[in-house]
Amino acid sequence: MGFITNLINGISLGSVYAIIALGYTMVYGIAKMLNFAHGDVIMVGGYICFIAMFNLGLPPIVAVLLSIVGCTCLGIVVERLAYKPLREAPSLAVLITAIGVSYFLQNSALLIWGADPKAFRSVVDLPSIKLFGGQLTVSPISIVTVLACVVIMVGLTLFTSRTKMGKAMRACSEDKGAAQLMGINVNTTISMVFAIGSGLAAIAGVLLCSTYPTLMPTTGSLPGIKAFTAAVIGGIGSIPGAALGGILLGIIEIFAKAYIGTQLADAIVFAVLIVVLLIRPAGLLGKEIHEKV
Amino acid sequence: MAMLKVSDLNVYYGSIHAVKGVSFEVEEGEIVTLIGANGAGKSTTLNTVAGLLKARTGTIEFEGESLVGIPAHKMVSKGIALCPEGRRIFQDLTVRENLDMGAFTRSDDEAVEMRKVVYERFPRLKERRNQRAGTLSGGEQQMLAMGRALMSKPKLMMLDEPSMGLAPILVQEIFDIIKAFNEMGTTVLLVEQNASMALSVADRGYVLETGRVVKTGTGAELLVDDDVRKAYLGG
Repeated sequence: MGFITNLINGISLGSVYAIIALGYTMVYGIAKMLNFAHGDVIMVGGYICFIAMFNLGLPPIVAVLLSIVGCTCLGIVVERLAYKPLREAPSLAVLITAIGVSYFLQNSALLIWGADPKAFRSVVDLPSIKLFGGQLTVSPISIVTVLACVVIMVGLTLFTSRTKMGKAMRACSEDKGAAQLMGINVNTTISMVFAIGSGLAAIAGVLLCSTYPTLMPTTGSLPGIKAFTAAVIGGIGSIPGAALGGILLGIIEIFAKAYIGTQLADAIVFAVLIVVLLIRPAGLLGKEIHEKV
Repeated sequence: MAMLKVSDLNVYYGSIHAVKGVSFEVEEGEIVTLIGANGAGKSTTLNTVAGLLKARTGTIEFEGESLVGIPAHKMVSKGIALCPEGRRIFQDLTVRENLDMGAFTRSDDEAVEMRKVVYERFPRLKERRNQRAGTLSGGEQQMLAMGRALMSKPKLMMLDEPSMGLAPILVQEIFDIIKAFNEMGTTVLLVEQNASMALSVADRGYVLETGRVVKTGTGAELLVDDDVRKAYLGG
């Protein structure tokens, strides 16, 4: 049963990575930039939810919604203030700015909420489910996480393939000039993709903190980097790739922790990235890469 | 009053003065062509009218309204469409999705109506409507680019090198389509390196050389002009 428990935990953690990676990959696909501050939006989402639930005593669902709204606004504001002025700048300048935004968010959190870890309580307050006469325990947050990932994945796929705005995003992702000639406002489209990505980061933040209940200003950075790895493994810019990469990474990490060693788990995760990139430089589901970072 | 009136247009690419005081007019219902060698400033002029590039000085008026400073994405709703050089269709989108993008600023009903018009004109596109646009042949891609530009029901359609890279038989077809668009009531501004074809369909033409208009006349006049024949029509 240990194997199945690990598998479930792996898929659950992988689903969190997948949700973060979807945000990374969508922003990359359209804005052609790596938003290294994406992981820190997760942390902000966690804090908003924490404050709403424990300081203001709001019901979890309201707290989650507040967190999504807060992060969506944060994403739009960061894009407007930090990235939009650099639309014509070399990609290295944008990358460094994103790292700067990341530190800015972490240190702002440190100033506002302090360095002490906060003990987060799960937003899903249900008893664990026991299967096979108690041999297998599944926490409800795992189920909610996996469900959330599936719903988001299907939702995004439908959005980009069926709606006018979603198709416009794909058009922008391919050729911004031609998209403008169609009457598509590229700036609005980029704002919207940042809004979506940051909203997803909020959801990921709440789910992550519900599973691993320590919240501090650096909470988002490692999951952010791992989700970025997941997006690259899956093929950056690809929505199914991000989901696949995320879930694979989650499973590998949990199995490495269980069967090899906790200290080595992260090293193994990044070793997998290197191996995948050696064999398939564009990622598992990616197309050939046009731009270097 | 001219539909499109460009006066003393100057455009720079960084420090390169690409368009040097170009002036021209397009009357409603006309086909007007800008011809000239590579680097004469033809595409730069079109891209500036479309709002993709900024003019340093000069005026651009469309139906009496200044277009200077208006971003590219607002041109479509004013009735201007550009079918860009190199087609620039959305390769990863299907043929139908490409057409839908052409009608981005239009209502869904209008898109349905225009799609019928485009499919009637380009039956190949209808056959391949669910195919990824990147899998089309060069000629089909050019037709998709033109169909996509038509989707917005433009008053003025600008075409940048529509015959580039196509087999001679297709070139003829492309120019027939341009004439057909014009007969449907669309005013056409055409940039071409294939000067003989362009001049034979055009009401009027302007000859550009290194960023300047050096000659103008009706299509028929320019076709028999000695200088034009020597420089652009192979003697």
